[in-house]
Amino acid sequence: MDSVAQRLSAVGAGAALELRGVTRLFGALAALTDVTITVRAGERRAVLGSNGAGKTTLFNCITGDFPPSSGTIRFFGEDVTHFPPYERIRRGLRRTYQISALFPGLTVQDNVYLACRGVSRGRFSLLRPGQNDALMHAADGLVQAVHLTAVKDQRVAELAHGQQRQLEIALALAGAPRFVLFDEPAAGLSPTERVELVEILTSLPSHIGYIIIEHDMDVALRVVESVTMMHNGRIFKEGLPQEIQSDTEVQELYLGGGHE
Amino acid sequence: MSVTHDARIQVHKPAATAQRPAVRGWPDINNPAAWIMAVILLIMPLIANGFFLIEIFATTLILGTIALSLMFLAGYGGMVSLMQLTIAGFAAYMVAVFGISGNANISLGWPWWLAVPMALTLATIFGTLGGALAVRTEGIYTIMITLAIGAAFYYFTNQNWAIFNGHTGINNVATPHFWGVDWRADIPFYYVVLATATLCYFAVEYISRAPFGLALQGVRDNPRRMAALGFNVNAHRVAAYAVASFIAGLAGVLQVWNYRQISPGSVSVGACIDVLIIAVVGGITRPVGPYIGALVFVLLRTFALDFLVKIGLDGNRFRLLIGLGFLAIVFWSSDGVIGLWQRWRQSQVREENRPGGGRGHG
Repeated sequence: MDSVAQRLSAVGAGAALELRGVTRLFGALAALTDVTITVRAGERRAVLGSNGAGKTTLFNCITGDFPPSSGTIRFFGEDVTHFPPYERIRRGLRRTYQISALFPGLTVQDNVYLACRGVSRGRFSLLRPGQNDALMHAADGLVQAVHLTAVKDQRVAELAHGQQRQLEIALALAGAPRFVLFDEPAAGLSPTERVELVEILTSLPSHIGYIIIEHDMDVALRVVESVTMMHNGRIFKEGLPQEIQSDTEVQELYLGGGHE
Repeated sequence: MSVTHDARIQVHKPAATAQRPAVRGWPDINNPAAWIMAVILLIMPLIANGFFLIEIFATTLILGTIALSLMFLAGYGGMVSLMQLTIAGFAAYMVAVFGISGNANISLGWPWWLAVPMALTLATIFGTLGGALAVRTEGIYTIMITLAIGAAFYYFTNQNWAIFNGHTGINNVATPHFWGVDWRADIPFYYVVLATATLCYFAVEYISRAPFGLALQGVRDNPRRMAALGFNVNAHRVAAYAVASFIAGLAGVLQVWNYRQISPGSVSVGACIDVLIIAVVGGITRPVGPYIGALVFVLLRTFALDFLVKIGLDGNRFRLLIGLGFLAIVFWSSDGVIGLWQRWRQSQVREENRPGGGRGHG
């Protein structure tokens, strides 16, 4: 009863992600200290901060790759703090990795097919997918969406860096994502590829919210409606993109005056 | 020759549907070498005498199937298990214990069609439990745990008299007789072994392209990402052990029928490591590798002795030859004999293309 009431209130509040007092220690080092964030369903937010600010650790806590040392994480109202990563993913959370985490021995098509299969039934199926397998078609669609149809039968190990980054995004969009964490998706992309990336991000259905870690301000501030600044494992400032950009403290800390 | 007739139909069908994923999933169908191999294996009893049929080819297929179960775990799942022979040996012991043997105190005397499913079930459970322990670790620790299970089983069989009959083992194990055929006679037994090995080979190849097998390869390449795609990685690994244990169990049943006895010597630590050598020498990236490795191993084991004696060395040094061969193959090809073969094929293709390409540009 209680959890139903909690869930309903969360739906009413429209919170996709709710972190309360999340702390993550690595030995004596606090990578995250008392982080409290609420992100609405469908909201698009950038997390900025210098190296070591705790951005990726924040993602790892949210997905469960490294569970938080203390604090609670709610995903659409449900307390997922102690869930293994795969349980969170099955509930509609997705992520990409800063350094591509793909399956180099498999083809592009198989990589995307696995992503589709992971969030549906039949993960243990011993039967090969047939010609009209719905997930195969879903995988085809995703491969096309990230412009990889031409190389879909190639092994991922043979792909160019930019193509691997595209595939990284495709894996995170499989199934029915409700909230996506993008960890520096533009890293190592050419200017043309960056334009494509912005297109992909802005054309996502409006109910899919995301958090993006991105150093490239041209990409980050174009695709988000709110910004969280992190520093030394803490939330330093939250606000609208233009507020953060014009904030003098932020400029000193992060942009260092080097940003034209 | 209904066999060749069937073969022709099968060759035709995929050719008509052309270049669809179905063909890509069964590379053997387009490979003439695979068809020649299949025909040779089928008519083997016409070519080979009883000694070659059983001591060489049936033994190769049985050992190859045990190594295939390791290839499934290591090649697709990235888990090197040294207990595959132990699981096969466990199944062999269970056939002897539940079935009929010369040791009436121990054997329960069940008919083979009850004893074999029982043995397979128990072997699968045994292997799955061992796997559930092993998947908590990675890399060298997986090897250590599975080796420990293998060693523990070997010493247990040596010391337990109530079920495993100590170091003498269980002798005169009965083999199936039905439909008026003695299935342990050379030719019928060869076909039983060939059919089982073929079934296992194609099952592994089929599963490798099914969701379960693809996911297993995903776990091999990047377990963390698999979890971030919604897969329960450890459950997948344990399930892989279950499949591999069943395959190893099948081979174990054939092994006990082959020798009609089972004793601790057959499940020794050395024999466990032999299976690893077979798989690595053959190549662990494709299901055919373990069978090639097994053939090399059995040929060396059988003939190296005579060869060594002939050149004036101690015949017991045949392991030295195996070891040197192992070193040579691992040194020149990290993917065993198949790797060597593939590289040779590629160099042939390149040479064929070179003159044509040159003319095109000139």
